[in-house]
Amino acid sequence: MSRRVVGPFNRVEGDLEISLDIAGGEVKGAWVNSPLYRGFEQILAGKDPRDALVYTPRICGICSVSQSMAAAAALAGAEGLEAPENGRLMQNIILAAESVADHFTHFYLFFMPDFARPIYAGEPWYDGVAARFKAIEGAAAREILPVRAAFLHIMGMLAGHWPHTLGLQPGGTTHAIDRAGQVRVLAILSSFRRFLEMRMFGDGLEAVVALGSAAELSAWAEKPGPAASDLGVFLKLAKALGLGELGRGTDRFLSYGAYEESGRHLFKRGVHAEGGLHAFDPRQITEDLASGWFARPNTPRHPSRGVTIPDADAEGGYTWCKAPRLAGEVVEVGALARQLVDGHPLICDLVAQGGGNVASRVIARLLEIARIVLAMEGWVRRIAPHEPFYAESALPPDCEGAGLIEAARGSLGHWVTVKNGRILNYQIVAPTTWNFSPRDERGVPGACEQALIGAPVRAGETEPVAVQHIVRSFDPCMVCTVH
Amino acid sequence: MTANGRANGKANGTGPRARNLLWLQSGGCGGCTLSLICAEQPDFLTALDVAGIHLLWHPSLSEATGAELHPMLADVRAGRVSLDILCLEGAVIQGPNGSGRFHMQAGAGAPMRDLIAELSGLAHNVIAIGTCAAFGGVTAAGANHTEATGLAFEGSAAGGLLGASFRARSGMPVINISGCPVHPEWVVETLLQLAFGNFTDGDLDALGRPRFYAENLVHHGCSRNEYYEYKASAEHLSNLGCLMEHLGCMGTQVHADCNIRLWNGDGSCTRGGYPCISCTEPGFERQTHAYLETPKLAGIPIGLPTDMPKAWFVALAALSKAATPHRVKTNAVADYIITPPSPGKGKARK
Repeated sequence: MSRRVVGPFNRVEGDLEISLDIAGGEVKGAWVNSPLYRGFEQILAGKDPRDALVYTPRICGICSVSQSMAAAAALAGAEGLEAPENGRLMQNIILAAESVADHFTHFYLFFMPDFARPIYAGEPWYDGVAARFKAIEGAAAREILPVRAAFLHIMGMLAGHWPHTLGLQPGGTTHAIDRAGQVRVLAILSSFRRFLEMRMFGDGLEAVVALGSAAELSAWAEKPGPAASDLGVFLKLAKALGLGELGRGTDRFLSYGAYEESGRHLFKRGVHAEGGLHAFDPRQITEDLASGWFARPNTPRHPSRGVTIPDADAEGGYTWCKAPRLAGEVVEVGALARQLVDGHPLICDLVAQGGGNVASRVIARLLEIARIVLAMEGWVRRIAPHEPFYAESALPPDCEGAGLIEAARGSLGHWVTVKNGRILNYQIVAPTTWNFSPRDERGVPGACEQALIGAPVRAGETEPVAVQHIVRSFDPCMVCTVH
Repeated sequence: MTANGRANGKANGTGPRARNLLWLQSGGCGGCTLSLICAEQPDFLTALDVAGIHLLWHPSLSEATGAELHPMLADVRAGRVSLDILCLEGAVIQGPNGSGRFHMQAGAGAPMRDLIAELSGLAHNVIAIGTCAAFGGVTAAGANHTEATGLAFEGSAAGGLLGASFRARSGMPVINISGCPVHPEWVVETLLQLAFGNFTDGDLDALGRPRFYAENLVHHGCSRNEYYEYKASAEHLSNLGCLMEHLGCMGTQVHADCNIRLWNGDGSCTRGGYPCISCTEPGFERQTHAYLETPKLAGIPIGLPTDMPKAWFVALAALSKAATPHRVKTNAVADYIITPPSPGKGKARK
């Protein structure tokens, strides 16, 4: 058995180091370390509650709007405030724009470049894949940056800029648009849709979201358009490299439910475990500190009563990440969990066959891009100009709220307690806190730690490429994780 | 040999030799990189080509992971690879108790702070990307539990990690591209001017910020200017009126050209319906009042424009308030234009 420390992992957001035990050509154990602590929960204590909308987006440059949305939802919950319909729609559009941009950036800039690594140079597919996806030099990086930037004009129009907007508020959004604004957003969406249909899918978005099973996906990927598309290329790689059998995790999935409209979610809320769907009970969330560098004693607590006191010498600590658990169990969050809990037939079939793995995580993310862009078109059309976008109200001096939303990378929760008009306690559980959590008090490894077990190590590899694929298949955001 | 297989090679640009750029991240959110890759015409990678800059390594963009990065850093340390530009994104983390253990460099077991200090001493130019790297920023907010500081400033006081007398090998101080986040063009235009060899100490303001953006005020080009002129103020967010009197806007005092060059197409904070929170300024992370509220003394905002006698401002404000047209007064507290300008008469045809 040999122990290796791999890091820094780049093309993840933030800093990440993983220790691996390797024997017999595969990974036997993994310890995920988030080596940066920033202390937002301590920063927020004592502040005016509305200032959470200034600080929390700055937890993360890539999930910035998601953090805003969770904070706004927590404060809205605390005041019992409902945003007007236009405000709700705009919040959905702005959050959706971030999630789509994140999935898009992840696929082209963070995930695919690993297939252009020299270790694959002997593979029959290598030359084409390297020419398109090589980090920095590949054609895709050059092609997608302008597409991404043009798509994010939606943020300039609706939210001032991205990242770090103050445009999302508990009472809705701060910038009302008129009919001209509506058609401009629709035009930006159309232009982005054209790129997706030409390059990412080689087919209409409607055809992508209608795929109903793994068999249909395989047949679709043989058709000329899809076969030449970027998803088509990924599906070939997945087949050639067995990505559908790589990085299987806990197979327990959680989604808080995404994009609330008229009292329901576009993507349902729930838990998927033991092959079936279950109701989600937020009271069952706890954060365990057994392996984190946090002051002891360690008693797992609900985040609304959570405590964050860093201690770099805490016994048994190996990361600045806490270990969230649902009813004591490890769960995986993200696009795969969201689409599974929502019951999308393609994703249900993929998970029934192979659980959560590198291929199903990536496929779910791209499917979700198609589903969200279609939903955005509908939301923009439903905006009613000259109706309110924003409702003003005052926060009671003593109150509590929880904001549970879905960010691109999965379930994000903010819990706030306000006393005498000031923040008494603010706790954040980010998506990658779930996925990249360390061992809990029972010694059970987190979702990514579990997914790494069994990863093959090729001869001569110091930092196994399979490990790179598995880690990046979660699209980790470490700056959120450690906030 | 570099992480991308090229050592000091000529890039596809116009410069005589590719300049090597190394990008590090520490106590921050990564948002400046995410903003930077929103650069348009050209996009960020093309801008590097134009500047003749070779990206030695960037945490979000490069192929190389630890085992490939560490030898490259060794080459830089040994002088085998020249470090022309070092960019740091995020604050320098010195806690707990000066140990730097709140941010250990992944895969190296040493405080990130030490690597930043070492490489700063080797770099031809050092650029602090964003308010955290420049001044400490949000990472230093509250009681600054992480003991975060900027590279050459701690808040508005010169010093920081490298000390007030620090000069990079070029002789220039740290270039502070502040902003939370940075505007992509602030970074791109700084890199291009460095590459073209016509960027000097004289191009920086007293806080080390490039004057080309820091000599403007956020107020310049604000689309709410007419409301400001008449002190026709928004009463709550989403109103069209001026955000200064009630909603905490500091745009008249804050150094940046946000309303001239605009963000993500045609956005800015004030165009998005919320106030300027002074994110390019040292100490913006520790306001003594709520960000969405204007602190007042006897009903008069305390943060008035800094280069105008207060009495004059108050007198002019009273006068302009009294003269406010009905149109401006009513629109200021609406979310849409409810009173359009009266139809122009035009010129009669002869």
